[in-house]
Amino acid sequence: MAERKRSNRGRIFVPRTQVLSAADLHRALVRMAHEIAERNGGLDGVVLVGLQTGGVPLARGIAEALRQAEGADVLMGTLDVAFYRDDIGLRPVLPEAVTEIPCELTGKAVVLVDDVLFTGRTVRAALHALSDFGRARTVQLAVMVDRGHRELPIRPDYVGKNLPTRRDEMVDVSEDGVTIGTLQ
Amino acid sequence: MTHLLSVSDLGRDGIEEVLRVAEAFAEVGTRPIRKVPTLRGKAIATLFFEDSTRTRLSFETAAKRLSADVLSFSVGASSVKKGESVRDTVETIEAMGMDALVVRHPSAGVPVQVSRWVRRCKVVNGGDGWHEHPTQALLDCFTVRQVRGEIEGLRVLVVGDVLHSRVARSQVLAYDALGASVTLVAPGSLLPASLEGWPVEVTDDLDAALPKADVVSLLRLQAERGAGMFVPTLREYTARFGLTARRARLLDPDAVVTHPGPMIRGVEIASDVADLPQAVVTRQVTNGVAVRMAVLFLLLGGAM
Repeated sequence: MAERKRSNRGRIFVPRTQVLSAADLHRALVRMAHEIAERNGGLDGVVLVGLQTGGVPLARGIAEALRQAEGADVLMGTLDVAFYRDDIGLRPVLPEAVTEIPCELTGKAVVLVDDVLFTGRTVRAALHALSDFGRARTVQLAVMVDRGHRELPIRPDYVGKNLPTRRDEMVDVSEDGVTIGTLQ
Repeated sequence: MTHLLSVSDLGRDGIEEVLRVAEAFAEVGTRPIRKVPTLRGKAIATLFFEDSTRTRLSFETAAKRLSADVLSFSVGASSVKKGESVRDTVETIEAMGMDALVVRHPSAGVPVQVSRWVRRCKVVNGGDGWHEHPTQALLDCFTVRQVRGEIEGLRVLVVGDVLHSRVARSQVLAYDALGASVTLVAPGSLLPASLEGWPVEVTDDLDAALPKADVVSLLRLQAERGAGMFVPTLREYTARFGLTARRARLLDPDAVVTHPGPMIRGVEIASDVADLPQAVVTRQVTNGVAVRMAVLFLLLGGAM
């Protein structure tokens, strides 16, 4: 999510290599859904929270896979972290979409879902934001791509694909799959 | 944009950006903890050279919900009483390290002057004389949009003491920029001497205008600015321009009645009417905090 924002400043994404096809991405989502159910012993008390905007469709995909695997609906919400970012004032930061947390989070197992894990700063902001909705029993992190270059001590619990990248590269996640490229 | 002095500083895109960001802050207002760390470390001063309840409290609530520090200046308890000039007062307050000043003053143009004196502070017009009150117009638009979905194409009546109303001037600019059509309903004595360049129609027949209106913006008769001398009696004013219980029955059921407050029940609005579902006065107050959070965030967050 952090990445896509930066890509919109007048530069365009030039794709180089497709890393996951749409079918690969779906398989990864289904696997992550199973891992989430396994780790949490089912869906009791689990709340999926998609980070706006890139994490939201993935959270929906995981929720759908969980419905098929477990036969039950998992609670799902969305979170925009703009107001919690640590780079406000350093670059234009604007909220992109709605925050909708379906219940008080105290005692829940929250699974944050995002498309790409990069510096970890979006996740840091998300952890701060989540704490304003209650004291979750545990917060876990699911990302489609972990591309490295962390600037904070944050690690994911569920990963679709570990993808070594250069800092100046850009990773695009969409329903068509995962593509690596550059901004030009 | 470095300051918010007039609605015209924003243009249509700017207004829509404020309204969009305000929606996100309105959601913050519904959370168990209604506070975000967005402007941590910023300092905001409210400089009010004129009385106010809601505007000052609203700005201060907005600043606090953004985690900014708030310094509150009232002329009654300040060195202005000893003869200090507005300029020296502003420079003194800025020198304490303020990041934004919200200025209200009984004279038009003071916020613009203040914006020339400051070095790095952002200036927000919190209402200047008969000139403008941009955040009020923005929160009116936000509230109307919340109820009606869209402002484009709506028919807006601005009723009452237009002459002395800074709210009316900002509303005309904002509603016009967003594509609504505005009609002023007022006695000739309470209209400005010239309406040249105002994108408005004018009438003094409220009964005829009401049934077609989507939005009715009532203005207070500003007694403290001598408005009482512009009408024969308050009763006659109410009879012709007040939203009485009889007139309220002419309203479209989906119409929205706004009032910037303070309401004088029984003059521009009948007490029963103020409590009708179409009257959104308390919702305006709630939204005012979100809209002012958006303005402060856009000015101080570096994105405006």
